[in-house]
Amino acid sequence: MDKIKIGIPRALHYYYYGALWKSFLEELGFETIISPETTNKTLEQGTEIANSEMCLSLKIYLGHVAYLQSRCDYILVPRIDNYGTYEQTCTNFLGLYDIVANLFTNKLLTYNVDEAHHQSEQNAFIKLGLTLGKGKEQSILAYQNSKQKLEKIRKQNFKKEMEKLNSSNPKLLIVSHPYNLEDPYIGKTIKKILESLNVEYINGEYLTNEKSIQQGMKLSPNLYWKYNKELIGTIEEWKHKIDGILFLSAFPCGPDSLVNELMLRKIKMPHLNLIIDEESGSAGIETRLESFIDILGQTTK
Amino acid sequence: MGDYAVPAYFLLSHIVKNNVIKPKPITAKTIEIGNKYSPEFVCTPFKYTLGTLIEGIENGATILIQAGGGCRYGYYAELQEQIIKDLGYHVQFYNLVVAGTTNLKRIYKIMKEIDPKFSILKAIYYGTLTKQMIKYMDQMDHYIRANIGFETEKGSFETLKQQMLKEFSQVKTHIKLKKLYHKYQKKMRAIKIEKPKDTMKIGIIGELYTIMEPYSNYELEKNLASMNLEIKRYTDVYYLLFQKHKKVKKYLKNSAQYITYQMGADAADNIGRAKELCEEGYDGIIHIKSSFCTPEIGAMPVLSKICADYQVPIIFFSFDSATSEVGIKTRLEAFYDMLEMRKKK
Repeated sequence: MDKIKIGIPRALHYYYYGALWKSFLEELGFETIISPETTNKTLEQGTEIANSEMCLSLKIYLGHVAYLQSRCDYILVPRIDNYGTYEQTCTNFLGLYDIVANLFTNKLLTYNVDEAHHQSEQNAFIKLGLTLGKGKEQSILAYQNSKQKLEKIRKQNFKKEMEKLNSSNPKLLIVSHPYNLEDPYIGKTIKKILESLNVEYINGEYLTNEKSIQQGMKLSPNLYWKYNKELIGTIEEWKHKIDGILFLSAFPCGPDSLVNELMLRKIKMPHLNLIIDEESGSAGIETRLESFIDILGQTTK
Repeated sequence: MGDYAVPAYFLLSHIVKNNVIKPKPITAKTIEIGNKYSPEFVCTPFKYTLGTLIEGIENGATILIQAGGGCRYGYYAELQEQIIKDLGYHVQFYNLVVAGTTNLKRIYKIMKEIDPKFSILKAIYYGTLTKQMIKYMDQMDHYIRANIGFETEKGSFETLKQQMLKEFSQVKTHIKLKKLYHKYQKKMRAIKIEKPKDTMKIGIIGELYTIMEPYSNYELEKNLASMNLEIKRYTDVYYLLFQKHKKVKKYLKNSAQYITYQMGADAADNIGRAKELCEEGYDGIIHIKSSFCTPEIGAMPVLSKICADYQVPIIFFSFDSATSEVGIKTRLEAFYDMLEMRKKK
C-alpha cells in the first residue's frame, strides 16, 4: 500500500514550524509534500480564490493550498490561536483552518494551539497523532524528537545571524514576519537589492530567543501578539549593534499596521517602512531602498 | 459612541468626582482629524476613535479612557496614547482592557488613580443601574430599527428616543428607571407606522463598531425601509458586554458544519447568525464592516458558503471614510431588485 501523502503549504506558519511538521509526520510513517516556493502563479491562484481584502500573505497561502489540492490525501492547516493570553496570534491564524475548509473541498488535518484555554502544543500534536491512527506514546515521542530538531535549526540560524552583527558593512535589522521576508515573492527582490548594495541584513526572526518577549515589552508593554512582540524584542536587544531598521510588511497586515507605526514613533535610528502588495513593482522598492541605504551609509561613517 | 455616550457619561459622572466630558457626536471633522493622524491601513474605528479622543482633549479633557476587544481593538490604546503624546498634548491615558481581557482589580486600580475617593459600593450600584439602562436602550432600539422606516411622521422615533435618553440620564433608582422604560415603551408603540404587508425581511450582521456607528445611525435602516425592507440587526452593547460569552458557544455549536473554531472578534457570532437568518427564512443578508477588519474578512468565505447552501442572497459592504453614500445606495437598490425578482418567481 502506498503511504498516505500529507500536503504542507509553504506559507505562513510553515516558516516557523515547517521542520517540526515534516519531521513529526514522517516519523509517524507518512509522506509529506511541501508546495514549491512561491511564484507569480501561486499568487495569481491565491488571489483568485481569496477575498480581495485579505492580506497578501494569506493570498499566497491559499495559492499554496491550491497547488496541493490534487497532489495529496490530506492538507495540514494548523490553527494557532495563542501560546498564552499575552502571546496571541493574528486573527487570520485563528480563522485559517475554517477559511480553508470553506474554500476548498480537500480533506484537512489540523491541530489547535490555545494555551490560554489549556490546549498546549504537545497536546495538540498528540491529538493530531491520534486522528492519524497513531498511539499516544508514539505521538509524544515523535513530537519531542521533532521539536528538538526544530530547536537545533533555530539555534543554527541564531548563530548565523549573530555572526552578521560583527560585520564591517552597514548592518540592517529586518523586522518582518518570516513568511514575508523568506517568501521569494515578497522577500527575494529586497534581499537581492541589499546584497548588491553591500548591506549586511539581519533577519530579526532568526535573532529571537527566550528573552525576546521580555525585551519587546520594554518597547510596548501592552502588546499581546506573540510574533510581533518577539520581533520588536530584537530591536531592543540588539539596537547598539545595528545601524538601521527595515520594517517589512505585507499589505494590509493588521498587527503590523499598529505595532510598526508605534515603533516608527519610538525608535531613534534610521529606518524604512516598506509595505508590499500585489502591485509593488521592484523598481519602486529599489529606489526607496537605495536612497535609504545612502542615508544609512552617511550616518555610519 | 452614539447614544451609548449617555450611559457611559451617566456611570462615570456618578462614580468619580472628576468633571466628565461627554464625547461629541462624530462629524466629518472628527473623521478628518482621525484620518490625518492614523496609520494608513489601520481599520476605520481606530481613526474615528482617535478623532473623538483628540476632539475630547480640545474640549478640555485631561484624562482619556479607552477600552479594547478581541482583535486589533485591544491594541488601539497604546498607539493612540503615543500619537496623542507626539502631538504635544499632555493627558493621562487609561486602558481598561488589555489583551482582550480585563478584571475588576485592574478597573478598580485605574478608578482609584483617577479619583482617590472612588467608592466601590457606589460603583456597583451605578454599574448595575447602567447595565439595566443599556439593556432597555437596546430593547427599544430593536423595535425602532424594525419600524423607523415606516413611521408616518418623519423623525417621531428619534425625537422620542432622545427624550427618553434625557430622562434616563436623570434617574437615581432602579424603580424609576423601570417606570420610565415602560412609559416610553408605550409611547413608542403608539407611534403611527404604516407597514405594507409584503415587506421583505433582511438581517444585518457584521463588525460591531461599524454596525453601531452613529454617524450612519439609522441611515441604512431608513434607506432599506424606503425600499420596503424590514430589518433585524444583531450586535449591540448589551450583547457584547453581557451575553456574548454564552451565546458564542451556542453559535459555534449550531454552525459546526461550517466552522470549528472562533475567528476573533465577532466573526464566529456572525457566522452563527447568518445560519440562523437563513433557517428563519429571511429574504437576504447584509454584512457590513469597516475596511481592513481582519476577523470579518476571514468570516466572509464562510458566510458566502452558508448563503450559497441555503440560497439566500448576501451582500458585503466595507466602510471607510471615503465610502460614498451614493455608491452604497446604488448597490443596495440593485440588491433589492434582485431580492424582489426572486420573491416573484
